[in-house]
This record gives sequence, C-alpha cells and structure tokens, in this order.
Amino acid sequence: MEWINAIVQGVLLGGLYAMFATGLSLIFGVMRLVNIAHGDLIVLAAYLGLVVLEVTGPLNPLATLALVVPVMALIGYVLQRGIFNFTLGKDILPPLLVSFGLSIILQNSLLEIFTADSRRLTAGALEVASFPMVEGVDIGVLPLMMFLTAMGVIALLQFVFYRTAMGRAFRATSDDPEVARMMGLNNRHVFALAMALSMAVVAVAGIFLAMRTNFDPASGPARLIFGFEAVIIGGLGNLWGTLAGGVVVGVAQTVGAQINPGWQQLAGHVVFLIVLAVRPRGLFPRIL
Amino acid sequence: MTAPTPFEVSQATRTSRVAGVIAIAAVAVLAAAPLWAGRADMRLLSEIFTYLALASLWNLLAGFTGLVSVGQQAFVGFGGYMLFAIATFGGIHPLATVPIAGVLGAAVAVPVGILIFRLSGAYFAIGTWVVAEVFRLVFAQISTLGGGSGSSLPVAVVRSIASGRDLREWFTYWCALVLVIGVLALVYGLLSTRRGLALTAIRDSEVASESLGIDIWRTKFLVYIVSGGATAMIGALIFLQKLRISPDAAFSVNDWTAYVIFITVIGGIGTIEGPIIGTIVFFMLRETLADLGSIYLLILGLVAILIMLKSPRGLWGFVVERFGIELFPVRRRVQVGALQGEGKAPREPG
Amino acid sequence: MHDPILAVSGLEAFYGDFRALQGISLEVGENEIVAIIGANGAGKSTFLKCVAGLLANAPGSILFRGEAVGALSADKITARGIALVPEGRRLFSSLSVEENLVIGGQLGRAGRWSLKRIYELFPVLAQRRDLPATSLSGGQQQMVAIGRALMSNPDFIMFDEISLGLAPVVIKDIYAILPAVISEGTSALIVEQDISRALGIADRFICFQEGRVSLAGKPGEHDRAAISAAYFGM
Repeated sequence: MEWINAIVQGVLLGGLYAMFATGLSLIFGVMRLVNIAHGDLIVLAAYLGLVVLEVTGPLNPLATLALVVPVMALIGYVLQRGIFNFTLGKDILPPLLVSFGLSIILQNSLLEIFTADSRRLTAGALEVASFPMVEGVDIGVLPLMMFLTAMGVIALLQFVFYRTAMGRAFRATSDDPEVARMMGLNNRHVFALAMALSMAVVAVAGIFLAMRTNFDPASGPARLIFGFEAVIIGGLGNLWGTLAGGVVVGVAQTVGAQINPGWQQLAGHVVFLIVLAVRPRGLFPRIL
Repeated sequence: MTAPTPFEVSQATRTSRVAGVIAIAAVAVLAAAPLWAGRADMRLLSEIFTYLALASLWNLLAGFTGLVSVGQQAFVGFGGYMLFAIATFGGIHPLATVPIAGVLGAAVAVPVGILIFRLSGAYFAIGTWVVAEVFRLVFAQISTLGGGSGSSLPVAVVRSIASGRDLREWFTYWCALVLVIGVLALVYGLLSTRRGLALTAIRDSEVASESLGIDIWRTKFLVYIVSGGATAMIGALIFLQKLRISPDAAFSVNDWTAYVIFITVIGGIGTIEGPIIGTIVFFMLRETLADLGSIYLLILGLVAILIMLKSPRGLWGFVVERFGIELFPVRRRVQVGALQGEGKAPREPG
Repeated sequence: MHDPILAVSGLEAFYGDFRALQGISLEVGENEIVAIIGANGAGKSTFLKCVAGLLANAPGSILFRGEAVGALSADKITARGIALVPEGRRLFSSLSVEENLVIGGQLGRAGRWSLKRIYELFPVLAQRRDLPATSLSGGQQQMVAIGRALMSNPDFIMFDEISLGLAPVVIKDIYAILPAVISEGTSALIVEQDISRALGIADRFICFQEGRVSLAGKPGEHDRAAISAAYFGM
C-alpha cells in the first residue's frame, strides 16, 4: 500500500513540475529561447511571496498571487524587451549565456538580500489537511490543489494559445516573424507578452513551491532541471504531454525515495535519461 | 580577364611568430617558478593554469564546435573521484592516476555523449547539467568514497606523492603547467588540422560544412570525448591539490562551469586567445574583489551579459577588430601578391 | 499620367557588402497595374521587400501618396495601405486558413474587403476555413496568401512570383481572378518571371537587370529582341 501511496503522491507532485515546465515550454515554442534562469525566477517569485506576507502579516500564501502574478509578468515583459530580445537570432550562444548570467545574478542577489537560510511560506491548516482516498493512501489538500491548478493553468494556456488573438500572434510570430511584422505584429512586443505569460505561470509555480517545501537562493537550478525533464519526457510543444512528463518525473522521485531516501532526485534523472535513450522525441511528440 | 595573381596561403603572421617566441620564454620562466615564487604564488599560478585549461576546453566545445555545455563539472568531479578511488584503493602513484582519470573520463564521455547528443542546441546544454547532477548524486551514494560528506586523501597516499611538502607542491605545480600547455597545444593543434578547419566550418555554417561532406555528428562527438577526457584530467589534478573531495565541491556548477563560462565570454568566445585574456581578467578581478563574496559573482554575471550583448566576441574580439592582431591564427589567410582582381560581387537571389 | 500613388527614386539596397539595388527609380499611377520582369537575381523581390518595409531604406527614396515611407517599419507600411503577397506564399503554418485571413486584417483598415467577401471570391477557402493553412493545395494556399493581403484593405498591392511552383492550369485560374482582386481604386505591382503572363495583365512593364531598370514601356511597345536584351543583358 505504501507503494500506491508513493505513486499517488508522485502524481500530485507532477502537477508542480508541470507548472515549472509549461513556462519553459511556452517561451521555447514562441521564440526558441531556453531560459536557464527559469528556475531562479521561480525562486524569485517565492521570495516575492515571502516579502508580501511580511508586509501584510499572516495571510494565506495563495492570496499573495494577486500581487506576485502581475509583478512577475511585468518583470518578464521588461526582461524580454530589455535583454532577451537583443539575444535572439540564429546563434544559440547569446540567449543561453545571457540567461545563464542572469541565473547567477539572481542567485547571488537573493543570497545578498535574504541570506542562505532556507525559508518557507506557511499555509497553516492547509499544509496538513488531507482526506483518505483508500486505506493507507491519504490525499493532501494542498498537493491536490497543486495538481488541479496545474491542469487549470495548462487548460488556460491551451485556450490562450489556440483561441485568442494573443495566441494567434504567438503562433504567427513563431512561424514567420517577418511576415507577422507586416500584419502589424511587433515581434519584440509579442515575445515580451509571451515572456510575461510565462512568468505569470512561474509566479503560481513559485508560490506553490514555497508552500510545499523549503527554498533558498540556490534552489532554482534543480527546479529548472525538473521542469526541463518534464518538457522533454512529455514531448516538445505538447502542453498536456508536459503534464504527463511532470507526473513521470514526480512518480519516479517519490518511488525512488520510497526505495532509498537518497535516490529521490537520482531516480527522476535516471528515468529522464531512459526516456531520452528509448524515445528521444518524448512520450507524446507534437501532433500536427 | 585579369592575370592570376600570385598568392600564398599561410597561417602564421609576423605577430604570431613573435608571440611564439614570447610563449616559449614564458613557459621557461613559469617552469622555474619554484626558484622565484613562494608557496602561495605557486598555488595561485596552479589555479590560474587549471582555469585556463578548463576555459580553453569549454571554448573548444562551445566556441568552435557549437556544443554549449553547462555540465562540464561532471568531468571535473569524475576525474577528481577517479583520482581518489584509484590512488586510495588501487595503490597507484597519485600523479600516475591523472592520465588514467583522463582515459576514464573519455570513456565515460562516450555513453554520456550518445545520450545527450539526442538533444540539440539549448536543450543539449541543460541535458549536460542533468548528467552532472546524476554524477553528483551517484557519487554521494558511494559510501567508500565518503558518501555525501566526502573524504580526504589518506595521509599515506599524500606522502607517496613526494618526499616533503615542498617537493609535493612543486610536482603538482609542474603537473598543472604541463596540463595547461598540453590543453592549449591540443586545442591549437586540433583547430589547425583538416578536421579543425571543419569545426570552424560547422560553427560558421552547418549547411556549408554538410555540403563539404564533413561528418558533423562524428566530429562533434570526437571533440566532446576528447574534451571530456582532458577535463577529467584537470579535475584529478584540482583535487590532488585540494587533498579533499566531496560531491558538492567536485560537481559545483559555480566553480567549474559558471566561472569558466564567464572567463571565456569575457575574454572572447571562439578565439584561442580569449580564454587566456579572460583568465587574466578573471583573476585580477578576483584578487581585488574577492572580499565582496557573492557580489563578485554578481558583477561577473553582469559583465558577461553586457559583453554578450555589446561585444559578443569578447575583449579579444574587440582587440582583433580594432588592431587586426592574431596570436594563434587558426584561420588560413590568403595573401594576395597584388590586389588588382576586379571583385565581382556574389549574386544574391533577388 | 495621374499623380503617382508610388514614386521611387534612387532606391538602393544592400545585403552586407553586396549592392542588390543600384538606384531604382519608378512610378506607379493610381489604378495602374505595373509588372516588374527580370532574370533571377535582378533585384525584383528585393525591391518589393523595400517597398513593404522589410528592408530599411533612406526615408525619402520611397514616396507613397507623396509621403516619405522609406524608413517606416513593415506594420506601419501595411497600415498606410500597402500589402505584399510574398514569394513562396509564406503562410503561417500553425494557423488555420481563417486565422491566416483574420491576422491579415487585424490592422483594421476600413474598406471593401472582409472575411465574407474573401470567401465569396474564393469559395473553396470557406469550406476549408478550419484546416491548417499549409495542408491545402498549392493553388489554394496562394488564394489564402492573396486573401490575407486583401484583408488589410490595401490601396496598393504587390504580388511576388505568384505563379511559382504552381501547375499551369492553376496559374491560369489565379490570373483569371486577379482583375477582381485588383478592382477599382487599387494599384498593383506584379513581379513575375513568366513574361507573357505578366505582360498579359499589366498596363505597363519595367525590366530589372542587376539592380537597375534596363527597360520600361507598355506591352507591345518593344519587340522580343529588345525585351530579351533588357532581361538577360546581352
């Protein structure tokens, strides 16, 4: 029964990883940019939540989303227009190295401001609330919320991407930026909107991360890697596939930890490498 | 029709020949360091050598081959652990384990490369990072090597390096010097061969080199394995100097990749001189700003971003553009005896 | 001739060091259809890209309705009423037929063309409105590209090699419909390698050779030999 429990908890954890991943997947889809600072931005969102809570006093951490989401979206827009737009082109080095530099800057700025102590957003009763699914398998309310939120975020992104003018602009600009410009789409603005949207998702992911576990300024890279693994396992360009990828990584980690507590992360990475070896295009490659 | 103009293809320039003489003199002076330098200076020099070597290898991958890795710490740490394992349990002289670590590093690069070469571009970069994490987590599980908290090189093994502390430090210093010269020679040599020129072609245009019949995948793969092996040797040497190893130190992204990337980017990516300039700048900055701790890294990050945005070929690229100097030219230059051929512009599809 | 809608003078364009246009001057009048002919690499597409704002120019080198538009960006050019049907169609492959058309109209110039009118002109597109644009046949894709350009309600429309890669029977259909496309109040530039096609529809033609205008006139004004000389430069 504890194995079933591990799997169930892993599935729910996968929702969080899918949220790490969708932001990454979104900007790659629109502008072929891989943002190495993605994980550090997730941690930045967590710290923003912390600051908001320190100002407002005890609140449910989820309430901070009202502020953290728009602030992160704004940061994303400014980052894109101020930095990343200047790195886009045929050469993959500039965006990669600039985002790597940004990652180091973010980590060390957070370290300077908040010290290396690990922090957490306390959610009070919500943290421990759970209900039994079957004998021996309890479903935590918070993990369940996390998973449902991930599904909601993906459904929303899917809607934005395929049913709105903004999504149309994303796809058109990604297909052919030059012709898109003739249609009145300023690709710098379109890319910045995509980054803003990605950072809005990052904000949600960051707050959930901070409620679920301890975080510190160096927590970012691991989050980037989990998200990245979910993207590749799920298959590039497929958002629901990304959720499945997140679940695979989550289950691998909880099952690995069940075998040996030291194997949690290792098991996730190994499953990723196995998928890469067996199905390099992911479990659910883009269907077009 | 104009008469064929006499020309010769040469790789060397007058500046490069002068630089060659200076380089030989510099090596001689550095080899004699035990005569003129104190222990702290020699340690600093060794560290400079290791960073120069790491940066040159990273530059070979990213700057010349287009393989951007943020996971070279995998090979640094692997080499370090191999040294500890072989010297402690194999009873082999620690200095002799350095080349063995190199061979093992190259060997482990083969399956790793086969796997992550399935990822392209930026995803390749993160893939290398995953591999480095796997290495870190695996070595943290090996309790005979100290598990998560690491271990020190046994006193008996340390003593076996050389009789006396001075001699031991001299040996490791010379070893670092030999390694860095070896790496520079390797990179220069590799880029001067036919295959090396092919590399530059890959960097400049994948399509063009494909039409030249160059097997891109194999060339890239070969470079990846060679640099993996060499990086492992440097890793072995680094931890031979430190005498202590732990998973976090051995597989540190900041120490073995972030710094190395910043050095290369600041100096000039895709040039042989770049890492040299970058290493000098890096250590000058560090000696003056090291007290600032994390602010130092922050400044480095900012400088690297600025350089990437404003002058992507780094400080050296700026010098070349301004003054046309090349110390280690890897491009063949065509010297035309008399410039009188009427240049006909290539046709562009209109 | 009436006041020209488009007046280009001394236009130059560069790809790196290569001078693709070496001082082009020409005019297109209101309601006029002008064909640009010339060999591969003569600079025809480059010229259209310049007018469309995809390549930067000196501000005063291109006048549209008497205003300098040479330095404007592509979206501002479209908003002024210039549209381009690009070479190779360049449809947005991840957009449906209808989305391709809608995006063409999103700058919102008022005018005769609407989604409904486009579907009346090309009924087959109405049937396939929800399919991915690039899943259509070549001829139908060309219809989408033309419809997308029309959706911006241009006063001046440019066609770049619209017959390229299409079967002769399809080309015939497309050209049969062009007069309806370029109906009243619209001027057009047609770039075409198929000289007889181009001359069949145009009021006037201009021949480019190595980035310069080598010949201009009305169809029938010059004999084959003269056109061929202007075309190939022999």
